[in-house]
Amino acid sequence: MANIETFYDVMRRQGITRRSFMKYCSLTASALGLGPAFVPKIAHAMETKPRTPVIWVHGLECTCCSESFIRSAHPLAKDVVLSMISLDYDDTLMAAAGHAAEAAMMDTIEKYKGQYILAVEGNPPLNEDGMFCISGGKPFVEKLKMAAKDAKAVISWGACASYGCVQAAKPNPTQATPVHKVITDKPIIKVPGCPPIAEVMTGVITYMLTFDRLPELDRQGRPAMFYGQRIHDKCYRRPHFDAGQFVEAWDDDGARKGYCLYKMGCKGPTTYNACSTVRWNEGVSFPIQSGHGCIGCSEDGFWDQGTFYDRVTDLTQFGVEKNADQIGMAAAGVVGGGVALHAAVSALKSAQNKAQKTPTPMNEEA
Amino acid sequence: MKTDVTDIPAEMERKMEFYSIAPLTGDATEADRATITRNTSVYVYEAPVRLWHWINAAAILVLCVSGYLIASPPPSIEMAEATDQFLFGYIRFAHFAAAMIMTVGFFGRIYWAFVGNHHAKQMFKLPLWSGKWWSEVLDEIKWYAFLKKNPRKYVGHNPLAQIAMFFFMTVGMTFMIVTGFALYSEGVGRDGILDTMFGPLLDLVGGSHMMHQIHHLGMWAIVIFVMIHIYAAIREDIMSRQSMVSTMISGTRTFKDDDPN
Repeated sequence: MANIETFYDVMRRQGITRRSFMKYCSLTASALGLGPAFVPKIAHAMETKPRTPVIWVHGLECTCCSESFIRSAHPLAKDVVLSMISLDYDDTLMAAAGHAAEAAMMDTIEKYKGQYILAVEGNPPLNEDGMFCISGGKPFVEKLKMAAKDAKAVISWGACASYGCVQAAKPNPTQATPVHKVITDKPIIKVPGCPPIAEVMTGVITYMLTFDRLPELDRQGRPAMFYGQRIHDKCYRRPHFDAGQFVEAWDDDGARKGYCLYKMGCKGPTTYNACSTVRWNEGVSFPIQSGHGCIGCSEDGFWDQGTFYDRVTDLTQFGVEKNADQIGMAAAGVVGGGVALHAAVSALKSAQNKAQKTPTPMNEEA
Repeated sequence: MKTDVTDIPAEMERKMEFYSIAPLTGDATEADRATITRNTSVYVYEAPVRLWHWINAAAILVLCVSGYLIASPPPSIEMAEATDQFLFGYIRFAHFAAAMIMTVGFFGRIYWAFVGNHHAKQMFKLPLWSGKWWSEVLDEIKWYAFLKKNPRKYVGHNPLAQIAMFFFMTVGMTFMIVTGFALYSEGVGRDGILDTMFGPLLDLVGGSHMMHQIHHLGMWAIVIFVMIHIYAAIREDIMSRQSMVSTMISGTRTFKDDDPN
């Protein structure tokens, strides 16, 4: 792999001074939550390691992951694409098209067997032999399997690749299937979100390149450093939650004062992501800061968990769309009515028994 | 808890024989029957069982009210700046504190099932293989369906009550404790012991949001149990042949008659 430059070589070639390079290393270390001791390690890695080839494929998706990715500020997406990785194939970002593009992918696969990272945006539909997503003249599922066969690791970008997202929502007519259910023999990192935060995407790549290993993953296979905490627990509106100050309607006084959006169905308390700490667009804002509740886009099956605007959401498991309160109150009502009725009949019966027991010799035996 | 039956006088022995075929049942042991021949009351619920019952009842009340409010918070109150006001925090604290008390109590109750008297075990098992028990179930259903003039006499829980206790308390409370701790583990953090123990359940049911919904549904099952339980206890106290409500205070079951049928 001598023909691939190291990161440092590329950066120097692009006119970046060593001083700026060191600054970049310390910024990256802090973005990853690492101590200052890691700065020289990162610098050393970037000076000596060849860039890692990446193949980025697109299945059933909306390209919001790519849109997010190219807006990364720390590190800049251009640094990642042009300096850090060797993005050898990405049909959305690459200049080549058609046969030339497909040839580039085959080239990379053959040249760097077992070396390259496969980044998957979107997921393959499996119904009708995968005919719902044709890429390069073949069903996407075939392309995915082919590209994954010799990959070192697979990154599942976004809710689509990680969990299925909207195309896998019930009834999932195309049988859209998350990557880890199709590729079962490779290490897979899920980076869910719709889309994932740009800095989370580039942060995951930077970590993998720097340390040459996968980041620590949680139970669901998400990088723990970005998906280890709930949005709610780091939300700047949390004091209003604890105080019991809630937005009751979109245009009320509480909404203007920035109260907690819990009652408006905010899914922050049940969602693991870094939005409330990293935020979006260079830390400008995130959904809750903009006055709308979190919709829980980085959680499994978030389209099938009822409305985004209620805290207690409808359950469809009972054949009707009712929430736990409606089901519980209906059941309690039926039982309460039954109890009242039963009590009334009991009272009547015992009155009747007493009447029969009045000591007239005739019916004393009754 | 076996009473030595050899030194019981002849008349009592006759009585005992009578009580072993009479409608006295509901987890009644030979010792209970021996007691009945001398007294009109049997000591059923030992002090720890009674104490647990009332602590548990209070905890469930707090849990249901606070739990409902956690899902559907009261209208916003602005007494002070958010940093100086902890209203919703206290509601959640009440829920967690009552849950801890209930959990510890439940473990204490399980412990007492092992070291306590015979009746302390009744809640935790159903004698599904006993034909006698099934006939008692049928009997009790008939009594509640007004098809029977007189109920049987029960020392412990009647079989319907036993079924309700088993499913709503033993199973239901375990369900609420387990799902509740799964939710609590999220607040504690994803690297703690609670997360290791209960965290995988979140993935099993389809995430944290789903876990909240089923935990909430579980509350309604407990509410329904409370309704039935209180109604049945009062009704039995009035209409049946033994004491009910006072038994959970004094521990003794007293019988109102010694009719043979």
